[in-house]
Amino acid sequence: MIPELGQITLALALALAIVQGVFPLIGAQRGIASWVALAKPAANLQTLALLAAFGLLTYSFLVHDFSVAYVANNSNTNLPVEYLVSAVWGAHEGSLLLWALILGIWSSAVTLFSRSVPAVMTARVIGVMGLVSIGFLLFMIITSNPFDRMVPAAVEGRDLNPLLQDPGLIFHPPLLYMGYVGFVVPFAFAIAAMLGGRLDAAWARWSRPWTNVAWLFLTLGITLGSWWAYYELGWGGWWFWDPVENASFLPWLVGTALMHSLAVTEKRGAFKAWTVLLAIFAFSLSLLGTFLVRSGVLTSVHAFASDPERGVFILAFLVAVVGASLLLYAVRANDIKSSVRFEMLSRETGLLMNNVILLVAAIAILLGTLYPLISDALQLGKVSVGRQYFDPVFMVLMLPLLALVGVGSMARWKRDSGERLWRKLRTPLIAALVLAVIWVLAFTPEVYLMALVGLSLALWVLTSTFAAIRDRLQPHGNWRHIPRGFWGMVLGHLGISVFVIGVTLTSIYSTEKDIRLVPGESYQLGDYSFEFKGVQTIDGPNYTAYRGHVIATRDGELVSDMHPEKRTYLVQKMPMTEAAIDAGLTRDLFVALGEDLGKNAWSLRVYHKPFVRWLWLGALIMSIGALLAATDRRYRVLARRSAATDANTAQAKA
Amino acid sequence: MKARQQRFALIVIGLAILGLATTLILNALEGNLSYFFSPTEVAEGKAPQDHVFRLGGMVQKGSVQRAEGDLTVNFVVTDHNKTMKVAYTGILPDLFDEGQGVIAQGKLGPDNTFIADEVLAKHDENYMPPEVAAAMSEGEKARLQGTAQ
Repeated sequence: MIPELGQITLALALALAIVQGVFPLIGAQRGIASWVALAKPAANLQTLALLAAFGLLTYSFLVHDFSVAYVANNSNTNLPVEYLVSAVWGAHEGSLLLWALILGIWSSAVTLFSRSVPAVMTARVIGVMGLVSIGFLLFMIITSNPFDRMVPAAVEGRDLNPLLQDPGLIFHPPLLYMGYVGFVVPFAFAIAAMLGGRLDAAWARWSRPWTNVAWLFLTLGITLGSWWAYYELGWGGWWFWDPVENASFLPWLVGTALMHSLAVTEKRGAFKAWTVLLAIFAFSLSLLGTFLVRSGVLTSVHAFASDPERGVFILAFLVAVVGASLLLYAVRANDIKSSVRFEMLSRETGLLMNNVILLVAAIAILLGTLYPLISDALQLGKVSVGRQYFDPVFMVLMLPLLALVGVGSMARWKRDSGERLWRKLRTPLIAALVLAVIWVLAFTPEVYLMALVGLSLALWVLTSTFAAIRDRLQPHGNWRHIPRGFWGMVLGHLGISVFVIGVTLTSIYSTEKDIRLVPGESYQLGDYSFEFKGVQTIDGPNYTAYRGHVIATRDGELVSDMHPEKRTYLVQKMPMTEAAIDAGLTRDLFVALGEDLGKNAWSLRVYHKPFVRWLWLGALIMSIGALLAATDRRYRVLARRSAATDANTAQAKA
Repeated sequence: MKARQQRFALIVIGLAILGLATTLILNALEGNLSYFFSPTEVAEGKAPQDHVFRLGGMVQKGSVQRAEGDLTVNFVVTDHNKTMKVAYTGILPDLFDEGQGVIAQGKLGPDNTFIADEVLAKHDENYMPPEVAAAMSEGEKARLQGTAQ
């Protein structure tokens, strides 16, 4: 009965999505007020229907209704309750439902926080989101219905993939999806603005906080994924250039470009056409990401057994969305002219270069990600593109971008003088270089040119950001006059600095070794000694495990008692490595248990990873920056002022 | 400089940077591709002699042998038609097992052994990478043709 109710709620959501996608758009174009007014209630009801569907699926998991195929395939009566809940989005069908629900939540958020936006514009935005929702709900209902029954019902479930039985999974997909799907809002605003023929500063101002919030979620989602891969996969790496990771990184890069170009469009009215295009690209790349993850066309660590038919559907949807948006863009391109002038040396140029570099980086990564598909389709052979390509290409592109950060955030709008910039920036530049040299000479085991380059750039971002704060304070010296948006930028750039320090030090100075040890033997890795004490067996709720004991010491003093595990999950008979990590601000020690080699000997993998935490810390700081920028006073004032105007007009009418 | 000249300069510089970036990126891509071959293709001499490539197929049952004293593992990869010996030193991924699909990256070594420096992991027991699935069915076809002749 419950699954059938789920089917009904999905059908209801689809019907409401059709209302939401069709009437408001036509109403806005033809000036039919009653159709425009349908947008908000339709969107909110659709969200309710999706919430109900999501609740029903969760309920089916909690009561172990193994007559539902999705539940039977992804859970088990022994599964701990928190993983029963997260198993709802642990596989394909459920994660699509989460996608649809999050789209609904974003639509409802637009209905709540768009008081400053004219009703017709809001109706168009919500209408576009409705059209996207139709596509996804059709996809789910036709190809991947989470409520499909299984006849006969399974006696016991096949359990959740053990890799996903981890707190990381509870948060990683929802955050990532909030980010992915969040780019639908600036996309919908761009389409709505083109439909209405009004691409002005107001449109950019409405889009900005939404873009920041979507970017914030995407950043957190990617960061959490990276951290999860680091401790859960037992490989000790934090980024693998896996197609699916790239799929989440592409909208991030383009979204970052979009945030910067929206700033120019709002403040200066320039780059309009470009900003619209970026909004379309950012969301299209989110859809492409969904396609890559869900179709299984690429060999990836994220590729679970998948179904090609689904891929065809999403590909068709992707082509429809991108095609229709670009067609509209082509028709309207002539109307979108920015007549604002700026000189070569100005903040506009800096932000333009930021955009060009980020976009080139995104194209390079897209090329590397899709090349295996293209090569296979053209029968050029089956190839794979790995970090030998991505690492150097991405790094070469990021070096000038980092150098640019300091100049760009100091430069004035419209025109600046090289002489002024040099006067402001020479001290930070010299400070960064000196500090980097001291750091490399005094605090690293060996001098590498790349360490010097990486640290110089990271510290340059840091010192020049402080110089920008000082510059901003200058006329009045009053901290209170600095808007929150500026602090958003400051934290965003400081986060980059911390991130780059982490990446530089951990990629150059990490040491790792696979070793064979019998109990009582030790291995010396740099300053640390790892003594292997042996392995015992333990029983978990739904697994059994070998639990190793390794004592890490430094100069004879105990640093950490480490317990790496090798688990075998009972239902799927799948082995899993649980690494033992001793985390620290300046270094992580990481031990993973390999295999039983017989005669009491085990293989072990030990790592020393300096400053690895800094990458996630940096990303966290960037996210806080995005939050500050999104909650800047001027957006709230805008909302309040127009609410007041509404009230006044209402009174006047009365 | 006049506004028009300035815009022109900006466009030229932009195009130059873009051109340079494209060249560098394509060069990097060209140099760093790693091709996939099945044991049959390696036996036919299609694989490069001194360049990294990927070998994929199924780990032959009963073929996994560990060396005494260090972490070297030897195993045989098959596509049901031809086989290939593989040597790897290090810890194998969790889902590596006899009778399971595998992809290894490395180079051809002496006496026709593939020296792997990476054995790739996967997330899901039932998942077969598409290129391995294709290699297995090609291998099967080749074997059947072989018996027919």
